[in-house]
Amino acid sequence: MKKTLLATAVLTLGGFSGAALADLTVAIAGPMTGQYASAGDQIRRGAEMAIADINARGGVLGEKLKLEIGDDACDPKQAVSVANTMVNKNIVFMHGHWCSSSTIPASDVYVESDILMATVSTNPQVTERGLKNVFRIMGRDDQQGLVAGNYIADAFKGKKVAVVDDKSAYGKGLADEIAKAMEAKGAKPTLRESITAGEKDYSGIVTKLKQAGVEVMAYGGYHTEVALLLRQAKAAGLELTVMGGDTMTNSELVTAAGDAADNVLFTFSPDARKNPDAAPIVEKFRAAKIEPEGYVLYAYAAMQLFEQAATTAKSTKYTALEKAMRDGSFKTVIGELSFDAKGDQKAPGFVVYRWQGGKYDYVK
Amino acid sequence: MAYALQQLINGLTLGSMYGLIAIGYTMVYGIIGMINFAHGDIFMVSAFIAVTAFTILAAADVTSIPLALTFVLIVSIFFTSAYGWAVERTAYRPLRGSSRLAPLISAIGMSIFLQNTVQLTQGARVKPIPPVLEGGVVLWDAPGFAVQIGWSQILIIVTTVILMSAFTWMITQTPFGRQQRACEQDRKMAALLGVNVDRTISYTFMLGAALAAVAGVMVTVYYGVVDFFIGFLAGIKAFTAAVLGGIGSLPGAMLGGLLIGLIESFWSAYLWAEYKDVATFGILCLVLILRPSGLLGRPEVEKV
Repeated sequence: MKKTLLATAVLTLGGFSGAALADLTVAIAGPMTGQYASAGDQIRRGAEMAIADINARGGVLGEKLKLEIGDDACDPKQAVSVANTMVNKNIVFMHGHWCSSSTIPASDVYVESDILMATVSTNPQVTERGLKNVFRIMGRDDQQGLVAGNYIADAFKGKKVAVVDDKSAYGKGLADEIAKAMEAKGAKPTLRESITAGEKDYSGIVTKLKQAGVEVMAYGGYHTEVALLLRQAKAAGLELTVMGGDTMTNSELVTAAGDAADNVLFTFSPDARKNPDAAPIVEKFRAAKIEPEGYVLYAYAAMQLFEQAATTAKSTKYTALEKAMRDGSFKTVIGELSFDAKGDQKAPGFVVYRWQGGKYDYVK
Repeated sequence: MAYALQQLINGLTLGSMYGLIAIGYTMVYGIIGMINFAHGDIFMVSAFIAVTAFTILAAADVTSIPLALTFVLIVSIFFTSAYGWAVERTAYRPLRGSSRLAPLISAIGMSIFLQNTVQLTQGARVKPIPPVLEGGVVLWDAPGFAVQIGWSQILIIVTTVILMSAFTWMITQTPFGRQQRACEQDRKMAALLGVNVDRTISYTFMLGAALAAVAGVMVTVYYGVVDFFIGFLAGIKAFTAAVLGGIGSLPGAMLGGLLIGLIESFWSAYLWAEYKDVATFGILCLVLILRPSGLLGRPEVEKV
């Protein structure tokens, strides 16, 4: 009996000291595998670099950060199980998930366990459900759709435009917003269609676009399907200008579509790589042979956000952190971040980019 | 009219590929009465072999397209048949004579195994190849709409027709075809009459895999991207094609494949593209209710 007691005591002690010495665990989650794995890769590289830098500065409140990586493969079911795993690992902060359809169910798990999250998912529902723990460091689809829809209505006046989506939470949300913005400007889309993501044959829809005389396609969805659509449009002799959302930042679009990807337009936040304050960090990524494109700098910024919020709050407890996030304003590599009551970024701003010769830049 | 013709071409191309894969399902079912769920993934493996072969050719600076295509086809057929043989040998032959469910589960396991192996060794990202066969011919320059058929579409349809003819000849005219049909009818009796049943079954698997390999090369050439997951959807569609045509019947599999390709392209042409799969599987249900053995299948007669 005595021995058991002693053993228990030792174990408990061990447990306590372990807890005291343990690092602060922060996490990222996204599609580390599956067809959108390249976005997950960008997030991981950005977060790893940020954590190395933060730890080199001495960590957060004197504690070193440790990174946990969750793979949801953009599958809502897997996202929930990733969320449960992360809760068990006692994370204090989550940067993720990436797909809106993963972020929404996962956030329900995090809110119950008081875990703060900063996401780049753009579906309005991510912050519209009144969850206090969710912050968004990217714009929303309704803002993004507005910019894209207005641009189409102005730049392609009088041309036939089709609005197509992939039926995902992100894709359909974005496409609906684009169509709404176009209609508000009096440019009614000629066609409104949906496709099934993950298929290879889109010749049916391409022929339909050609028949309708469509020249511009606004697309809500991911880059992999756009690459196939463009290739098949080219084979069918259809000149198509695509207008997409933030997912088109992925350079896989060019690898898969070849020169058919030229002239693809998309909306994305202003390029952080052009931000003069970010220059040293951009240099650092390039020195490590990582091009800080797409979501890399967002992941970096999310970790900076946590570092600064925890420093302001002088605590990593949820209530203090949440208050600090909501009240504060933070200088990150993607610019100044502050949040409104819903958790949306106050000044998101989207600009229109164009792919040209394997690179993208602002549309002049 | 021009629009319908264009959709017909699209449907035939897609249907040819479904048909090529469906034959693998139907042949295996015919001979051992089991659905080889790993067949879709054999097709996926063949597409990866094709991408590898194309990459090697590009590195070796081979620019002649006919030469490149022939080489890729041969390489892909060879290795994919080897996969077909190995799958049968390891996952199904040891279970022959056990309950009907055992090889079915082993097939599903094999499918998951192949998918995960490719994902781990080749990565989860899509693998693109640069366009191989670009351009095509304008068949009909109707006002407002030019009907176009790409070279790769011609290649797919022509190859399918040639393969189908060769295949029908082989099954109906050669000694191997006779043995194969004998095993289909009664394995025990065929064995008693001196047919090497195990070898015939092995060859059947290899032939099915070889046809899937052709489909894999065609998909690679036509779409230009492959990933580890393409076998799933293609396998389900081809399996549906085999059931629709009447499982166990070779012309049925081809007919089913073409039908599904045409339904998909015409449905998305004139109705709502997002309900395409609902239509395909809805029609499958209808056919099975009205003709439970499929369009060309013979109802199974229990001899007493």
